[in-house]
Amino acid sequence: ICFIPGGVDCSISFVSHVLGKVCAHGRQKEILGVLVPCLTDLTKSDCIWQRICWQLVERVPDRWMEAVVLGFVQRASGADVLSRLLGSVVVKSKKAEFVVTRKMLLLQYGHTTAVLQNLLGYLSLDSLRRTLLLRVLQELLETWSSSSAVKHSPAEQQLYISKAILICLSHLKEPEIENCRQELLTSMMEGVKCHLDSSLPQLRRLGMVVAESISLKINTEGPVLKFEYEEDDEIRELKSFLMHTPSFCAVPSLPDDDRSEKTGAALPLVPESDEESYTAAPMMPKEESHTELDSDDDFIPYDMSEDKELKIKAPVYIRDCIEVLTGSRSEDVDKWEATVKAIESLVRKNPAATREVSVELAKTLLLLEEKTYIEGFVELRQRAQVAVLTTDPIPVAKYLTSQFYSLNYSLRQRMDILDVLVLAAQELSCPKFHGKNKHSGAQKPCIQLLPGSDSSKDWRRIVDERIKSKTRRFDMVQSHAELASRPNEFNSVAGYFFFPLIQHFDRPLTTFDPLGEDHLVLGRLVHTLAILMYLAVNTVAVTAMGKELLEFVWALRFHTDSYVRQGLLSCVSSLLLSVPTERILADMTEELLETQSWLGDVMEKDPDGDCRRLALQNLLLMENLKKKLEAVPS
Amino acid sequence: MALPPPDPQFVLRGTSAAVHTLHFSCGGPEPDIPLLFSGSENGFIHVWNLKTHRVDTTLDGHGRKSVYCVETMGAKDRLLSQGRDQRICLWDLAEGRTSVTDSVFTEHVGFCRCSLLKVAQGRWLMAMAARSLEEVQILELPSKTSVCTLKPEVGAKLGMPMCLKLWQPSCGSQPVLLAGYEDGSVVLWNVSMGKALSQLICHQEPVMSFDFDSEKAKGISGSSEKVLSIWSLNEQQNLQVYKTHELVNAGISDITIRPDKKILATAGWDHRIRIFGWKKLKPLAVLDYHTASVHCVSFSDHSDPRDRLLAAGSKDQRISVWSIYAQT
Repeated sequence: ICFIPGGVDCSISFVSHVLGKVCAHGRQKEILGVLVPCLTDLTKSDCIWQRICWQLVERVPDRWMEAVVLGFVQRASGADVLSRLLGSVVVKSKKAEFVVTRKMLLLQYGHTTAVLQNLLGYLSLDSLRRTLLLRVLQELLETWSSSSAVKHSPAEQQLYISKAILICLSHLKEPEIENCRQELLTSMMEGVKCHLDSSLPQLRRLGMVVAESISLKINTEGPVLKFEYEEDDEIRELKSFLMHTPSFCAVPSLPDDDRSEKTGAALPLVPESDEESYTAAPMMPKEESHTELDSDDDFIPYDMSEDKELKIKAPVYIRDCIEVLTGSRSEDVDKWEATVKAIESLVRKNPAATREVSVELAKTLLLLEEKTYIEGFVELRQRAQVAVLTTDPIPVAKYLTSQFYSLNYSLRQRMDILDVLVLAAQELSCPKFHGKNKHSGAQKPCIQLLPGSDSSKDWRRIVDERIKSKTRRFDMVQSHAELASRPNEFNSVAGYFFFPLIQHFDRPLTTFDPLGEDHLVLGRLVHTLAILMYLAVNTVAVTAMGKELLEFVWALRFHTDSYVRQGLLSCVSSLLLSVPTERILADMTEELLETQSWLGDVMEKDPDGDCRRLALQNLLLMENLKKKLEAVPS
Repeated sequence: MALPPPDPQFVLRGTSAAVHTLHFSCGGPEPDIPLLFSGSENGFIHVWNLKTHRVDTTLDGHGRKSVYCVETMGAKDRLLSQGRDQRICLWDLAEGRTSVTDSVFTEHVGFCRCSLLKVAQGRWLMAMAARSLEEVQILELPSKTSVCTLKPEVGAKLGMPMCLKLWQPSCGSQPVLLAGYEDGSVVLWNVSMGKALSQLICHQEPVMSFDFDSEKAKGISGSSEKVLSIWSLNEQQNLQVYKTHELVNAGISDITIRPDKKILATAGWDHRIRIFGWKKLKPLAVLDYHTASVHCVSFSDHSDPRDRLLAAGSKDQRISVWSIYAQT
C-alpha cells in the first residue's frame, strides 16, 4: 500500500481511520512495516510530506491512537525520524501523550533500548516537547526512589526505568538541570538508600550507577559520588547512555536516516576517572659493572653465601600461634603476619594438637582483626576457621552456632560464621570438592558494600546442575552409575551444624533482628540451611532436618525480601533432593501438599523472576517424586 | 676459597636499651683512653672505655627521651648530643665532669641528625632540622646565632629532612650542605646564599642515611627500599646518579665511609652489617651478629691504622665492635 501524492488539499482523515483500524486489529507489523520506511524517505526532504504525515497521525481516532503511536515508536529508526513522522502529536493529543509519557515508560517495560532512546530523544528534540521530557524524568525518578517500588517490582522493570533515567539525563541541558537540581538531589538521596538496602546485588549496582550518574550531572565541579562495584556488560551499557550526545536533526535535509543510529553506535569512550598510578620518578641509569675486577682494591671479600633474604618464622606449635594472634606482644607484627599465613597448614598438619585447643582457637580466629595489611587476609582467616572446624567439628560447631545468635557481633561476623559452616560442611561431606571450589582470590581493596555471596552463587549453580541431572535421572528407568561412594564425615555432625541455627531465628536480640531489619543475614541464613540440607543427603538426621526445615519455610514463606524467598525455595529443593522419597511421602504428606499449592502460587504471582523459576523447579521435582513412587511397585 | 666472615672483636653490653648512635674518640696520644660514645633509646649516653670494655660514665641529659646523635667537638671532653626531647646539648666532660654547658632548643620532632663543621678554631657551624617541616637551619656554635635557614621552594614537597652533612669543598671556601629528604631526593645547598644548587632524586622512599666523600666528590645513600644509590657531584656543582646497587633485603638505617675512604659500612634492617669497597662498591663482607635491626655504624679514628675498629649499635641493645680490613 503505497500512496502517491494526490492534490495538496486532500483530506487525510479517511486514511488515518484506515490506518488506525488496521493497527488496532493487530496488523501493525504489516502495514507499518511498509508505511514507515516509505514515509521516512518521503519526509526527509519534503516539508509537505512531513505535514501530511503529521496530519495522518493526528487524525487517527483516540481509540486506535495507542496502537498507531506504539507502532511508530517501535519502528522508527531514530529519534529524529520519529520527530519527523509524529511531529507534535504528543502535545496535541491527550491519548498520544499518555501512551508516550506514561504507558511506555512506567507501565510497560518490555521495550528495547533503541526504542527507549528513540522515544526520549524524540521528546527532547522540540522545545514544546521538552517540558514533557522534564515531567517524564520527574516521574521516573519518583518511581526509582520509591522504596516499595524497589522492593516489589521485578528486576527487569527496574533496569528499564534506570535506563530511561540515564537517557533522559543525557538529553538535559544545563539551564534545565539548574532548575531541577534540588529535586534531582532529593530523589537521588532517597533512591540510593532504597537501592542499597536491597538484598539483591543487581539492584544495588543499579542504584549505584544511577546515583553516580545523577551526581555527575548535578555537580559538574566539585566532588562527585563514586561507588566501588564490579563492572559488567549491563553496567557498561548503562554508563554509555549518559555519555550519549543527543543528535540535533530538526533540519530535514540529512545525509542519511541512520545518523542518530551512528551517533548512538560511535559513543565517545566513557572518560572514567581512572586513578592513574602516579608516574614514578625518572629511572636512574644503571651501570652494571659488578663483574669488573678491581685491580687496585686489594680487599679480599669474605664468604657471603649465607646472606639470604630474611624470613620471619612462624611458630611451630598451635598454642604459640594462639598467643601470637591474641596479641600479647603487640610490637611483633612480623611474627603476627607470619602466623596468620601459616596457621591453616599448621592446623591441618596437627589435628591432635588442634583438638586440644579447638574452641579457643576458633574464638581467636572469629575475633581476629587485621592488625597490619596482609593481602588476602579475609580468605586466610576463613580457611583457618574451616580447617579448625573440620578438624574438631562438634565442639567448634556448637561454639560457632551459639555465637551466631549472641549479642555482640557485627552482621559481617555473623555472615562469616555461616560461610565457615557451609565450607566446612562441604569439605566434610565430600573431601574431593575442597580443591575444586574456587574462592574469591585477592582481596579487593575498596569499600565493598556487602560483598556478594560468592559461595552461595557457586552453590546455587551446583545445586541447579544437580537438580537438572536428577530430574533427568528420575525419568530414566535404569539407575546411572553412582558417583564413587565414600564415607560421609558430615553424617555424625550434621545435626550440630543445622539444628542450633534453625532454632532461634525468631528471637530478636538488641543487636540482631533477623526477622526485622537484618533481613540480609536472614537471607544468608536461609541459603546456608539449604546448603546444609543438601549436604546432609544420606545422613541419619536428614529426615528430622527435613521436617524442621519445612516448618521453617512455612513460617517465612511470605517474607517481603526476594533474596529470602529465593533461599526458602532453595531449601525446598534441597529437601526434596536429600530426604529419601519414602520418608518424604510417609512423614510429610500434608505439609507437602500445602507446599505444593504455595509453590503454584509463587510460580504464578511472585514478582521476582528467580523465585518463579525456582518454584517451577520444585514443582517438577515433586512431580518426579510422585512418578518415581508410582513406577515402583509397592 | 673465601674465608667465613670474622666474629666481632668484642661486644659491649649494658645499655639496657636500643642503641641509636655511636661515635668514636680514639685519636688522642697514648695515655688517653680510647672511648666510644653511645646514645640509647632510654635517653642515656654511655661513655665506653675501649680498654676495659666497660662504661666509664653515663650521661643523662635528655629527660629519658631517646638520644639519636652524639658527636665530639674537637676533643673528647666536648660532646654534643641530640635527643627526642627536641634539644641539642653541649657537654663539658673534662676532668670527670658531666655537665651540660649549653643547649639548643630545636623544636624538631623528627629523627634528623645534626651535622657539625669546624670553620675556625672554636667556631663551628651546625646544621639541624628546624621546627618548620621542610627547613634546615644553620647555627653557629658556640654563639648559637642563626646563619641562615634553608627553605625549599614552595610546592617542592620534599618532606622532612632526614639526614644532613655540612662540608667545605676546599679549605676556606664557602660551606655547602647536602640534605637527604623524605621524598627520596638529595639536595645540595649553598649555605651563605641560602640557595639550592642541585637536586637529585635518588630513591622512591625516604633517604634514611647517606655519606659523602669530599675528595672524590662521590656520595652514597640508603633508604627503606632495597637499593643503595651512588651519586657524584661534578664541577658545576650538579648531582648525578653514578650507579645503584641492589641489596638482598630492604632497609638501611645508616651508612658510613671509613676515614681512609677505602671501605664503607651499612647498617641494615635485616640485622646485618655489610662492608663494601668504596672504589667500585664491591661487596666485601656481611657481618651477621645482631638479632634485631642495626641502627648505626661508625668507624674509629685511631691514628694507627692497625687499631681501627668498626662499631655497630642495634635494637637488640648490644654494640658489636669489629676489626675488619684493618691491615691496609
